[in-house]
Amino acid sequence: MSQQEIEVILSRHLAEHLAMPIFIVDPQGNMLYYNEPAEEILGMRYQDTGSMPASEWSTAFQPSEQDGTPIRPEELPLMLAMMKRHPAHRRFWIRGLDDAQRQIELTAFPLIGQADRFVGAMAIFWEIPE
Amino acid sequence: MKATLWGTRGSLASPGPDTVRYGGNTSCVSIHGEEGSLLILDAGTGMRCLGQDLPKDLLRVDILLTQLHMDHIQGLPFFAPLRRTGVEVHLYGPASTMLSLRSRLMRYLSPPLFPVSIRELPGKLHFHELPSGTVQIGEFSVKAQLIIHPNPTVGYRVETEHASLTYIPDHEPALGSFSFPRSKEWTSGFDLAAGSDVLIHDSQYTAEEYKDRVGFGHSSLEQALGFARLAEVKQLITFHHDPGHSDDMIDRMMAETIGELRPGYQVTPGMEGLEIVVED
Repeated sequence: MSQQEIEVILSRHLAEHLAMPIFIVDPQGNMLYYNEPAEEILGMRYQDTGSMPASEWSTAFQPSEQDGTPIRPEELPLMLAMMKRHPAHRRFWIRGLDDAQRQIELTAFPLIGQADRFVGAMAIFWEIPE
Repeated sequence: MKATLWGTRGSLASPGPDTVRYGGNTSCVSIHGEEGSLLILDAGTGMRCLGQDLPKDLLRVDILLTQLHMDHIQGLPFFAPLRRTGVEVHLYGPASTMLSLRSRLMRYLSPPLFPVSIRELPGKLHFHELPSGTVQIGEFSVKAQLIIHPNPTVGYRVETEHASLTYIPDHEPALGSFSFPRSKEWTSGFDLAAGSDVLIHDSQYTAEEYKDRVGFGHSSLEQALGFARLAEVKQLITFHHDPGHSDDMIDRMMAETIGELRPGYQVTPGMEGLEIVVED
């Protein structure tokens, strides 16, 4: 497997040191990494899942509105940050792989490196207490 | 190809009786190809002696800058071919979001930091911003890639049909990593160095010194050996020696670290004047 872009490697290092849940995807939307605080909310461990295709993670957590209406993958902030290359923010519900339903708030932004290279996107999110 | 080290010191030129063997000049390496092509890696103070050594009728020079920190560009205005009319000089360096390569070099090559500005040099200067994939320069195929070091910095992999050399003089791949080295996928510089016949790599600090210099953008000798092992290179040339390290201290560092880690590949201390024939 070839090496990740340097900005993605540094983003992962930053995520490993932060106590905030963080999720990183590549330019195609494939999940590359999520940190330990994110594991608690997503209900799965990075060591167990490894990276994950966009088609898998964007539906695996069953994102929905408060009334249960499903949110389409292309409406998720991380996908918007990728496609439109600007920050996106939303509050919504997910079902973790531990089957727990959680309300989260998520801010996503594109990772654009020197020489205008689009290298992926990052999401910072947190659980909204009931 | 044949590589010659004209400057091996990091951060600051450090001439004197304690640095005679490893040298006091800052980063500069020349690479001569079998078909006559010439590449110059970085323009530290070692570049002045290289310029004096090149033939007077040289028509073209390609200079690859890894970054624009002073120890990598200070020799540029003292490079004799730049002061000759008719010489075509191609300068490659990392792109930046805000200013062009030329504008950033102008900050040094203009008063009050330097009395002569770029536009007063008689040579024909051409600027090329990287990374832009792989570039063919004469018989050399050159790949640039961003690596971990403060401010935009690239490393270079130079290949011919028969040999490969990777040059990463300033590099801190261990930055922020809880364990180093770890997987190839998550290690800065891996793609450049993988399987190289020769790797010239930052080895500025002792392991003890590194603890107080995390984030400065450099590696300990121990980390350089770990990186070379991960990349499965055939030969490691240690480089970018700390300006505070005497010849005797570098000797001790090499003996102790190599004795402890017992690398399964050749390790050669980077000394000013060292010539390396790179072959498959």
